[in-house]
Amino acid sequence: MALLEVKGLEVGYGGISAVRGIDLAVEEGELVALIGANGAGKTTTLKALAGMVPPSRGSVHYDGQSITRLPSYQLIRKGIALVPEGRGVFTRLTVEENLAMGAYIRDDRAGIRADLERIFGLFPRLKERRAQVAGTLSGGEQQMLAIGRAMMSRPRLLLLDEPSMGLAPLMVQKIFEVIDAISKDGVTILLVEQNAKLALQAAARGYVMESGEIVLADAADVLLASTQVRQAYLGE
Amino acid sequence: MMSLFRDGASSKQASRAAIVLIALVLIALPFALAQAGTAWVRITNLAILFALLSLGLNIVVGFAGLLDLGYIAFYGVGAYCYALLASPHFGLHLPFWVILPIGAAVACLFGVLLGAPTLKLRGDYLAIVTLGFGEIIRIFLNNLSQPLNITNGPQGVTLIDPFRVGSFNFSKPEQWFGLAVSGPIKYYYLLLVVLVLVMIVNVRLQDSRIGRAWVAIREDETAAQAMGINTRNVKLLAFAMGASFGGIAGGMFAAMQGFVSPESFVLVESIMVLAMVVLGGMGNIWGVVLGAILLSFVPELLRYTVEPFQKAVFGKTLIEPEVIRMLLFGLALVLMMLYRPAGLWPSRTRRRELARAKRAR
Repeated sequence: MALLEVKGLEVGYGGISAVRGIDLAVEEGELVALIGANGAGKTTTLKALAGMVPPSRGSVHYDGQSITRLPSYQLIRKGIALVPEGRGVFTRLTVEENLAMGAYIRDDRAGIRADLERIFGLFPRLKERRAQVAGTLSGGEQQMLAIGRAMMSRPRLLLLDEPSMGLAPLMVQKIFEVIDAISKDGVTILLVEQNAKLALQAAARGYVMESGEIVLADAADVLLASTQVRQAYLGE
Repeated sequence: MMSLFRDGASSKQASRAAIVLIALVLIALPFALAQAGTAWVRITNLAILFALLSLGLNIVVGFAGLLDLGYIAFYGVGAYCYALLASPHFGLHLPFWVILPIGAAVACLFGVLLGAPTLKLRGDYLAIVTLGFGEIIRIFLNNLSQPLNITNGPQGVTLIDPFRVGSFNFSKPEQWFGLAVSGPIKYYYLLLVVLVLVMIVNVRLQDSRIGRAWVAIREDETAAQAMGINTRNVKLLAFAMGASFGGIAGGMFAAMQGFVSPESFVLVESIMVLAMVVLGGMGNIWGVVLGAILLSFVPELLRYTVEPFQKAVFGKTLIEPEVIRMLLFGLALVLMMLYRPAGLWPSRTRRRELARAKRAR
């Protein structure tokens, strides 16, 4: 059984349905990409999976349990962490305070210390700027911080929303290297991206979303090679 | 928060000596003030009450970042709780240590009543709803005299019992070791003890998990949710805690004055408390207390100096003291916001933000 299993998920905002009955599954340890154009419903899907918006229909199972209508503060305790779109770092807190906030649900001080060092190992840049206010970091550094902060809750399933958004190409490269490293560490990742090429290169499998529905689902290299994806998302 | 003591080069011993010194000054203060007139002791007492209120509002506004313009309502609820349970109005005369917790609990309930429907509101919208809430409470207090006389309407409740412990009466003057101790002086010590307790609770709250959750919500509510914070409960808790402190202050106010009426709980009072919080330094416990004390004292000082000054210079009073007072007060606030927008004694995060804004310029 897959770690995350979504069946017939529907999410609406006041009568307008943004997600219209999608099925998807993520196996333990897998890196899965969810790609699609702006407004396709990718972010809404992630928000529903993270318990930030309630689904109107369908079911979500995680580790064999139904988590369909659980709120975010319960899901994160089960190991599901979201890196929100636009990063959402606490701009007036320092890098270190941000990371400490990521460990909000934990109280094992020694473990938190160790994880902090681990995150600093993953992002040496954050270590250099540990006492700096997060709002003064560059966009890429803020994205690193957002990912690091989510990792501080020791997630089993990491939901990443547009980590490449608004970043310089070199920084995007770096962020994807880190995502790869986290994945190799055994963390299951569901990655939402507009940058289809990069996402599919990093992922093992991919889903393509259009107007709230999943229109394609296949191995990442198959999607990369398919004419439909190439024409619609890779601009070829 | 205790950065003054922690970061300073002063050793532990020096800070201990400073604390002892401050304590001695605070203990001797009312007798010195009494030389200038008991009125000054009363003003000091009111200043401490406002410091209590500011600390309560600081939880909501400073810690959790929820703009509340109706905070005085909780003060009113606490005051009326005390007034109704310890006056001839209903013929009830419960002891204060029973009523104060009741007042705090009722205020807390009202805090949740305000918090629950406004959970999804932020900023201006929340401010408008809380403003309305404050007015609703005041209007209720004003009108709940018919058909059943609960609050005695605009006349208010009179002959409220003072605090009593056995035969010790807080409002009766006495002689201690040859010193004349008036009622206000006794209340001063009580208020001082309560203030210290409330400050300790605030410092502990700020450094606690709940305090961190409030900071997270203030900074970014969505991100706070993603951190696993139950934002609903934590926001309600801020409203409830802030309201409870207001309720306690209200109860003490009723006992000290011996009289309450809806007039004491008007919108201007809410704004006054908010001004104390903002001027002192939102989010900083010490700053907030400083703001409350300054804004309580400066207008009184002006009251006593403006008229004699005009008489001496012009031979008559050209402008009413009350007018000048509000004018200077407004001017002071404008200048403060221009030159020290983070308050007189800003909190750590606000100071940082300010420094950053300067650098960006």
